Amino acid sequence: MTGGLLFQAIVFLAGAIICVSIAKRFGLSSVIGYLLAGVLIGPYVLGFIGAEGQDILHFAEFGVVMMLFLIGLEIEPKNFWNMRKTILGLGCIQVGLTMGFTYVFFTIMGFEWKVSLVIAMAVALSSTAIAMQTIKEKGLMDTTFGSSAFSILLFQDIIVIFMLGALPLLSNTSAAPNTDDHSATGSLIQSLPLGLQTLAIILSVVLIILAGRYLIVPMLRKVAKTSVRELLIAAAFLIVFGISFLMEFVGLSPALGAFLGGVVLSNSEFKHELESTLEPFKNLLLGLFFMAVGASINFVVIAKSPLTIGGILIAIILLKALVLFITAQVFKLKLDQKLLLTFSLAQVGEFAFVLLSFAFQLNILDQETIDVMLVITALSMSLTPIIGIINERLILPKVGTKESIKRPMDHIAKSHKIILVGFGHFGSTVGRFLRSHGVEATILDQDSNRVDFLRKMGFEVYYGDATRVDLLESAGIAEAKILICAIDNPNVTRQVSKLVKEKYPHVELMIRAKNRYDAYDLLNMGIENIYRESLDTSLTLAKDVLSKMGFRKYTLNRQVQNFIKYDEESIRRLAKEPKRGDEYIFKARKELEEQERLLDDDFKRGIVDLDNHWDSEHIRKALNTKVKN
Amino acid sequence: MKKILILFAHPKFEKSRANLALIDRIKGIDGITFHDLYEKYPNFHIDVPVEQALLAHHDVIIWHHPFYWYSCPPLMKQWIDMVLEFNWAYGPKGSALHSKTCLNVITTGGSLEVYCSEGYNSFTVAQFLRPFEQTARLCGMVYYPPFAVMGTHNLNDEKLTEYANNYGKLIELLKTDLSVEDSEGCSFLNDIPQLKQVAS
Repeated sequence: MTGGLLFQAIVFLAGAIICVSIAKRFGLSSVIGYLLAGVLIGPYVLGFIGAEGQDILHFAEFGVVMMLFLIGLEIEPKNFWNMRKTILGLGCIQVGLTMGFTYVFFTIMGFEWKVSLVIAMAVALSSTAIAMQTIKEKGLMDTTFGSSAFSILLFQDIIVIFMLGALPLLSNTSAAPNTDDHSATGSLIQSLPLGLQTLAIILSVVLIILAGRYLIVPMLRKVAKTSVRELLIAAAFLIVFGISFLMEFVGLSPALGAFLGGVVLSNSEFKHELESTLEPFKNLLLGLFFMAVGASINFVVIAKSPLTIGGILIAIILLKALVLFITAQVFKLKLDQKLLLTFSLAQVGEFAFVLLSFAFQLNILDQETIDVMLVITALSMSLTPIIGIINERLILPKVGTKESIKRPMDHIAKSHKIILVGFGHFGSTVGRFLRSHGVEATILDQDSNRVDFLRKMGFEVYYGDATRVDLLESAGIAEAKILICAIDNPNVTRQVSKLVKEKYPHVELMIRAKNRYDAYDLLNMGIENIYRESLDTSLTLAKDVLSKMGFRKYTLNRQVQNFIKYDEESIRRLAKEPKRGDEYIFKARKELEEQERLLDDDFKRGIVDLDNHWDSEHIRKALNTKVKN
Repeated sequence: MKKILILFAHPKFEKSRANLALIDRIKGIDGITFHDLYEKYPNFHIDVPVEQALLAHHDVIIWHHPFYWYSCPPLMKQWIDMVLEFNWAYGPKGSALHSKTCLNVITTGGSLEVYCSEGYNSFTVAQFLRPFEQTARLCGMVYYPPFAVMGTHNLNDEKLTEYANNYGKLIELLKTDLSVEDSEGCSFLNDIPQLKQVAS
């Protein structure tokens, strides 16, 4: 059916490009686009990809490894250590309860206890790839929900090792299984007794930490010295491949190892270099992974017994959701965060493929059971983004609004003239200064835990997603004079601005922008008051540097003001230019050249010499020429 | 020995040939405090308590500035507005500056000749400085005639050095034994006998 590597590559790439752009056009997560592309090019629709889908799946799992490495890079060892209780607590409750319920469910359905147990194990594990990709895409990593989800997934990464180790004990046949598979069978660790297994795990972790400190960082320094850019890319891959190999050799999860490697390197000076190098590869591999999942959905099996499969699928998702809800309850998450967690981790994850295949090789599962379970796994993963959308658009608005109105109704009713959206470092500074002038803004923030904390500190902060009109309305947008948007995520900022601009044109928008490019977008939306967080502070720093070098402070003050004026003018001019390909790059370069010329002129003339303020030399020259004439 | 505070205000000091020479000459003199207002308060946000403490600690206050539009640069006016508070510098309880000495040191582009009723500036320097004189008087300070470096547009280097040296001498005199009587009959401190002798 398929013709060579090139053809396959074309199929995958074209499928991804078409489906993901369509999904994005409809405001859906890119994960849905990839899954859809997978289904389309898979054996049951267009048939471009056949049985090799499984192999691609294994290959693409590497995207998950890279993702965890990158996540690790963002978590400093100290913070990771602080998370240990959450990881253990949330993870134990989630995995334990899910396994218990699933086991009971499948036993009642008439499965043998060993089969039920294997399925219970597989079901307990969620999909790191899907959940984390969605969380990152929505910028929710810093919320309570984000870190809770991450903790659970990390715990699953650890527990899967023991599950794989336990499987042979359940085996019906004493013969050693066929081990030419990609899964973690026949590895070092499973040949050891349980106590030594734990020891091996600890040793591997220590090895990664030591290697990070004393091998990888010195190596990166050497590589960086060569200033050959592609060497650094090679080094980044070497690190991830190396850790994965070591982990697979020992029999641990490569994703877990990569995560640890990331944490170890998060303090190093190469953190951002590694991030920017691996990010695009990771995204492509993850895309491939999602497509492979889509392609592996076996529609023949579904057609054979659609009702059974549908029933089990719904039962499993509900069961997982219930357990997650209980877990969140135990850890006292706010209702909205609880719901997000419930629906984002309710799928059966990619580890199930490994566990189930291994159990099949060990003759614990028969052909029919594994087929059904694999289909359910793939379907549940594909359904996750859709469930997420339902939660986001239908359930959360009701729940979230209810909660935020129920509590602060009397306060919001006061409807201050100013609404401040986002109360992180930026927004809180704005809010504090306003409050010091007796101006109490109505503050909205997305993280309910932060809202609670800030309320204890005496701030009037309300929980809510500002991209929802109903929440803005209950915060009094109709009577508001000014809306300040101090959100970190540029996408959300754009959404909020667009919404308010369309529905409440009388409200003056004052918007925080991350950089020039966000400023362009906002300017093109017709927003005038844009505050680039990268402008004032950096100039203040530069000013202080020059002052230390002997320049006069007052002159520098004027220089900075002039610079800001130039820059604001140029950004307004550039925003009007169409941003397409070479033309844009060319314009941007021209603009930079122009700015350079202006600045150069400033220095030759002395920026304030343009108007010759306070310069007696200028008058002297003019007088002398007059005398000569 | 009296302690001297030089309040200096020039928005473009780095470009002022005359003031660079003057300040260069007096900066190192013992017992004086050179206070560069535009460098200290580039945002015009004057720290009033600090300034008042500084004033209290000195006996002679010099307002040193270019004579822009017959007055001082805006930051010096800001300083006067902010620092000389009611009931501190003036008013029934305002005695913090009583019997201190005060004077202007100015640089002008135009020469002495243009500052008279027949010249194109119509008034004398002393007349233009009346607001400063009265400010000093209201605060109970003894106000001296100004020390002026005039015609800076056409000042050659030797003449400028001479002015700078005279400024230095004046500071030394102010530290010890200059009295109001010495300046009697002089429109400028430049003309007092002690400096005239040196100059000629």
